[in-house]
Amino acid sequence: MFVALRDIRFARGRFALMGAVVTLITMLVAFLYGLTGGLAADASSAVARLPAASIVFGSPQGTALEVSFSNSSIGPAQLTAWQSAPGIGTVAPLGIAMSRLTSQDTAASVSVLGTGAALLPPLVSGRAPAEGQVAVGAKTARADRITVGSRVTVGAQTLTVSGITADRSYGHAASVWTTEPTWQRVSGATAPSALAVQPGSADTAALDRARNTRTVSRGGALAGIDGYSAEQSSLRMIQGFLFVVSALVVGAFFTVWTVQRGTDIAVLKAVGASSGYLVRDALAQALVLLLGGTLTGAAVGVAGGALLSGGGLPFALSGATVAVPVLAMVALGLAGAGLAVRRITSVDPLTALGASR
Amino acid sequence: MNGLTLDDVVLSYPDGDRRLTALDRVSLDVDPGGFTAIAGPSGSGKSSLLAVAATLLRPDSGRVLIAGQDTAALSPRRAAELRRDRIGIVFQQPNLLPSLTALEQLQAVAHLRGDSPKAALPRAAQLLTAVGLTDAQQRRRPHQLSGGERQRVNIARALFTRPAVLLVDEPTSALDRTRGAAVVDLLATVTRDHATATVMVTHDLTLAARADQVLHITDGRLR
Repeated sequence: MFVALRDIRFARGRFALMGAVVTLITMLVAFLYGLTGGLAADASSAVARLPAASIVFGSPQGTALEVSFSNSSIGPAQLTAWQSAPGIGTVAPLGIAMSRLTSQDTAASVSVLGTGAALLPPLVSGRAPAEGQVAVGAKTARADRITVGSRVTVGAQTLTVSGITADRSYGHAASVWTTEPTWQRVSGATAPSALAVQPGSADTAALDRARNTRTVSRGGALAGIDGYSAEQSSLRMIQGFLFVVSALVVGAFFTVWTVQRGTDIAVLKAVGASSGYLVRDALAQALVLLLGGTLTGAAVGVAGGALLSGGGLPFALSGATVAVPVLAMVALGLAGAGLAVRRITSVDPLTALGASR
Repeated sequence: MNGLTLDDVVLSYPDGDRRLTALDRVSLDVDPGGFTAIAGPSGSGKSSLLAVAATLLRPDSGRVLIAGQDTAALSPRRAAELRRDRIGIVFQQPNLLPSLTALEQLQAVAHLRGDSPKAALPRAAQLLTAVGLTDAQQRRRPHQLSGGERQRVNIARALFTRPAVLLVDEPTSALDRTRGAAVVDLLATVTRDHATATVMVTHDLTLAARADQVLHITDGRLR
C-alpha cells in the first residue's frame, strides 16, 4: 500500500473523478435496491407477511392449475380435504380481490382480503372484523379520516369499520381485511382464492395430487401476484446491468492507469519488486477507491431514498440490504480491476534500462 | 569472489532468419570497491552487458556470478529477489516514481523488501545527504528537482539495499558536462565508501576515464 496510497494522493484529480463515478453508480444501485424493496412490499406485503408457511392454489378437477391469486379458486371439496388431512396444522381460506373503498367524499383503490382473524395484521385499534365489518390499514384510515365505527363502502357493500390494522398492501393497493363470507359478497366470488396453511406433518404433495391443488411456500406464492415477477425481474435486470457497468468502468480505469504506469512498474520490477507485490499494491489501490466510492454512494442513496420516501415513493432499504449492493460493487469492481492489473505480470523490467526503450 | 563475474558470456537476439550476437564470449571480473567503466558506441553491446549482469536477460551460455552466486538457474522470482537484495541499478533516466518524494523513493525500496518504511527513514535521509541533497530537497517530488538532483536520488536508491554490485547505465546522458562529471565522481566515491563492484556503461570516453578501469566494447567483444 506504500506506493498505492501515494499514487492516489498524487493523482488525486483522476482518482476523485473515478471515485465520483463509483459513487454515482453505487448511489443509483442503492436507490434501485430501495425502490425494488419498496415496490415489492407495496405489491406483496399482505401475502408476504401472512402468518402461514404455505399457500395452496387450486382449480376445479381437470382444469389447468397455476400459481395465480387471480385465477386460483378453492372448491368446497378441496377445502374439506385439506382441513381434514391427517397431521395438518391450520388451514384458513384466503380471498383476495381488488376493489374500491369509498368513505365520505374520498375514494381509493384497495385490495380486499377475506380471511379469519388469525391471519389479520396486528390491530392498532378496535377489533377483528365480524360479518359485515371491515378492518382498514392505518395509512388508509389517516388519509380518508376513517375511525373505528365509520361506515365505508367497499365495492357495492357498505361495511362498518371494526378496527385499524398495521399497513399491508397487495398489487400496489392498500389492503382492507374482512371475513371470508363478507369478502365473497364484496368480490362476487363464490369460493376463496387460496388457502393459507401450516402444513404440520401432512403429506402436502399427496394432497396436491389427489385434489388438483398446488402448495408453494409463502415466498413462492408472491409469483402468484399479477405483475409481481415481471416488475421484480425488470428491476433486478437493471441492477445487474449496473453491476456489469461498474465492473467495466473500474476495469477500464485501471487498464488505462496500469498502461500509464508501465515505466514505473518496469522500474519497480527492475529494482526487485515481484509481480505479486505489484498486483497486491494495485488491488489495494482499487479497494481503497471502491470502498470510498461505494460507501459514499450508499450513504447518499439511502439518504436520498429516505427523503423521497417521505413523499410517498415506495422505498425500503435496511442496513442489511444496503450491504448487498455495496459488497457486490466492491467485489465486481475488484474483479474488473483484477483483470486490468493482470498486465502488470507481463511488464518486462528490461524496459527500465534506457537502451531498451 | 564477492563482486561481479561474467565468465565467457554469449548473448544473441533473433534477427530475421538468423541470430545477432550482442555479447561474444565476454568475461569480466569486478572486485568489491572496484569501479569499471565500459565504453563503446551505440549498438556495441553495452546495455546488453548491463542487462545480463542485472539478471534481466539470461545469456545463451557462460556464467554470471553476483557476490559469488551463479544466476544461471535462478527462477524469475529468485532473480527479482537477488536484484532486490544484492544489485543496485542506476538507470540512464532517473526513472523515479512521480508520486514519491526523494525520501519515499528509498522507503519504497525498503517496503518491497518487507521492511518498515518508517524504520527505513533515517538510512534514506543519511544516503540522500551523502549524495548531496539538502533536507528540503529530500522532501521534494521528482518534478521539483533538477536533472542532477534526480540522478543523485537515483544513485541513493540504488545504494539503499547495500548492494554487492552497482550497475550504472549511461548516468550522464541527461546532464551537462560539469554535472555529468560530478555524478561520475560521486559514483567513484560511493563505490569506495560502500565497497560495491561498480560497472558503468557510457559512450563518453572522458567520463569513463574517471573510473579505476576502462574497458572498450565493440560488436559485443570486450577488450
